[in-house]
Amino acid sequence: MGDNNTDSKGYLDMELLRFSTAGSVDDGKSTLIGRLLYDSKSIFEDQYEAIEESSKRKGDENVNLALLTDGLRDEREQGITIDVAYRYFATPRRKFIIADTPGHIQYTRNMVTGASTANLAIILVDARKGVVEQTYRHTFIASLLGIPHIVFCINKMDLVDYDEKVYQKIKEEVEAFSSKLDVKDIRFIPISALKGDNVVNQSKNMSWFKGGTLLYVLENIHIGSDHNHIDCRFPVQHVIRPHSDKYHDYRGYAGRISGGVFKPGDDVLVLPSGFSSKIKSIDSFNGELDEAFAPMSVTMQLEDDIDISRGDMIVRDQNRPNVGQDVDIMLCWLNQKALTPNGKYGIRHTTNEARCLIKNIQYKVDINTLHRLEDDKNIGMNDIARVTLRTTKPLLYDKYTRNRDTGSVILIDESTHETVGAGMII
Amino acid sequence: MKSYNLTHLKELEAEAIFIIREVAAQFENPAILFSGGKDSITVAHLARKAFYPAKVPFPLVHIDTGHNFPETIEFRDKFIGEMGAKLLVGSVQESIDEGKVAEEKGYNASRNGLQTVTLLDTIEKYKFDACLGGARRDEEKARAKERFFSHRDEFGQWDPKNQRPELWNLFNGKKNFGENFRVFPISNWTEMDVWQYILMEGIELPSLYFAHKREVFERDGTIMAKCDFIEQKDSEDTINKTVRFRTIGDMTCTGAVESSASTLEDIIEEVAASRLTERGTRADDKRSEAAMEDRKKQGYF
Ligand SMILES: Nc1nc2c(ncn2[C@@H]2O[C@H](COP(=O)(O)OP(=O)(O)O)[C@@H](O)[C@H]2O)c(=O)[nH]1
Repeated sequence: MGDNNTDSKGYLDMELLRFSTAGSVDDGKSTLIGRLLYDSKSIFEDQYEAIEESSKRKGDENVNLALLTDGLRDEREQGITIDVAYRYFATPRRKFIIADTPGHIQYTRNMVTGASTANLAIILVDARKGVVEQTYRHTFIASLLGIPHIVFCINKMDLVDYDEKVYQKIKEEVEAFSSKLDVKDIRFIPISALKGDNVVNQSKNMSWFKGGTLLYVLENIHIGSDHNHIDCRFPVQHVIRPHSDKYHDYRGYAGRISGGVFKPGDDVLVLPSGFSSKIKSIDSFNGELDEAFAPMSVTMQLEDDIDISRGDMIVRDQNRPNVGQDVDIMLCWLNQKALTPNGKYGIRHTTNEARCLIKNIQYKVDINTLHRLEDDKNIGMNDIARVTLRTTKPLLYDKYTRNRDTGSVILIDESTHETVGAGMII
Repeated sequence: MKSYNLTHLKELEAEAIFIIREVAAQFENPAILFSGGKDSITVAHLARKAFYPAKVPFPLVHIDTGHNFPETIEFRDKFIGEMGAKLLVGSVQESIDEGKVAEEKGYNASRNGLQTVTLLDTIEKYKFDACLGGARRDEEKARAKERFFSHRDEFGQWDPKNQRPELWNLFNGKKNFGENFRVFPISNWTEMDVWQYILMEGIELPSLYFAHKREVFERDGTIMAKCDFIEQKDSEDTINKTVRFRTIGDMTCTGAVESSASTLEDIIEEVAASRLTERGTRADDKRSEAAMEDRKKQGYF
């Protein structure tokens, strides 16, 4: 019994790390994920048996670990991955959520989706091929999406005799172009996903590499500052009114904290109305809380009876978000149907909903060279462009680089209701 | 500087509560699909936390195959009573009586596949526009790409090729007339997360999850509970065993495992050491590698 308790306790102390994986087709992404799952003992017997069976059927002599991450049947039949798939594994230190995003040229949209919530991105580079166009693209998207940590895995080192020079050359090339991008933390690891070098176990073939294995980095990288704990932002999601005798006058503002730290007694300001009040209590099912911070879901009561509804934001007086109807965004287009210049779309931002007009397409980005294409206003699926929007009501926003939650929007087609665009506020 | 860090269970909880509240805000007539299994119990518990001190503003819907373990029904009524929520039952027996579906025949007959029709009829009858469910992405390959807000067409079908991208914390619940959503607040949880959370929160579970003595028989390597709903072959002897169930479904297709785990701590230890996924004990998935995907496309949970 004693042991169990420590186990459970350990489990209660674990952190969550979300990461995305990107690479060109055949760089070894599926093999790498399979290797991580397998070497960290996250594979169940029946799963392993199923892929052993499939490998045999396909005439593979090795058990193809890549099959572990194969998704839907259509894709299995076509032998490609076409959508973001999520995988899970855990070590005693952390639980990991992998957003597995396919690397094909046409799937920028998937990488953007998978990267939107990631703490870390793994970008694969084939050691034989070195830096290719897609490496630029993946790095650019990771930096655009504000992923705090990027780990470049130089894969298939076994095919270049585990040569340090090959690794160094790729590393220098990546460093040269990534210095122009906004990335906080970049690391490099030479690996062989197929043979297992430096994935979970330290490589015996590359004693020249002094850094930690990929799993070591995933387990130890500091993620405590990945959320904004400075600017207090509480977008009201839902108003709780119990209508019961016991809680007759109760009026709680439920939501998920997007930034900063809130405490009972804090002076706060409610936007857009501009009314001031004080936090009376921060409530949860398990009792009142002394403080609340991102990304907690809580319910707040204020001292004063003011009219607050979904889409409003509770902030501090001396640290306010921008308020405005004209916003510039970097827009990633996600839909087959191209962006309509001067078109109208639904827009979602925090818990707010409005409509918007595409006022101006400033330029499109060539995502392979990062050049601005000022004359190209044709924004189709997977394109990235800088766009000016005019919204029907003011948004309460921060720059995306400051806060990913209060700086992001999605655009919705008003006839099909599909999510067609993802925007990062500049 | 003080570090503001949530443990992974707290972060998963915060995410799930956010999703559940988003359902309340974006939909007019949501419901929680409640099977009496640990995952849907966890979702119901999270819903309670999400709206506290108010009551959960959605009814709980149980699709009753008529082949439930009696323990499940007993637990269901007690649990929902304590929550103060409303229970709505969709009956597979009724769907059979009305001739909408035909009962399977033979030794492996199960009503599991029939549930889909009853579920879709129930959704239509009550005009639910969003149904919260306890599915997790780690359960099965086909679920790895499932969204939190999963769009269903007017026939209740899922189109895996045409899913809406989901970014950041921005969920798009817009729909056309007749369409609806399935919403999965615990998408990102693993089996272990659910167990640890149940332990952390002290959530009550049906007794079936814990080791008990039961009359069982073996079929194709799976231990099945002896019951009136399954035709046993002559070669399938009834024996007494100490077993427990890792998932709770229909009696005809839910296998037991031999186990002496009688507390949550024991179960967690067993799950940690276990080498079979929990779906490995469900006969319905074994029918083919892509079984789950086929059923999902038709509108299964
Ligand atoms: N020699 C060698 N082959 C590898 C390595 N990683 C992957 N491969 C092979 O490269 C091919 C493509 O790998 P896969 O994981 O399917 O690539 P993906 O398209 O990026 O998912 C497969 O034949 C793998 O066996 C490696 O480290 N060394």
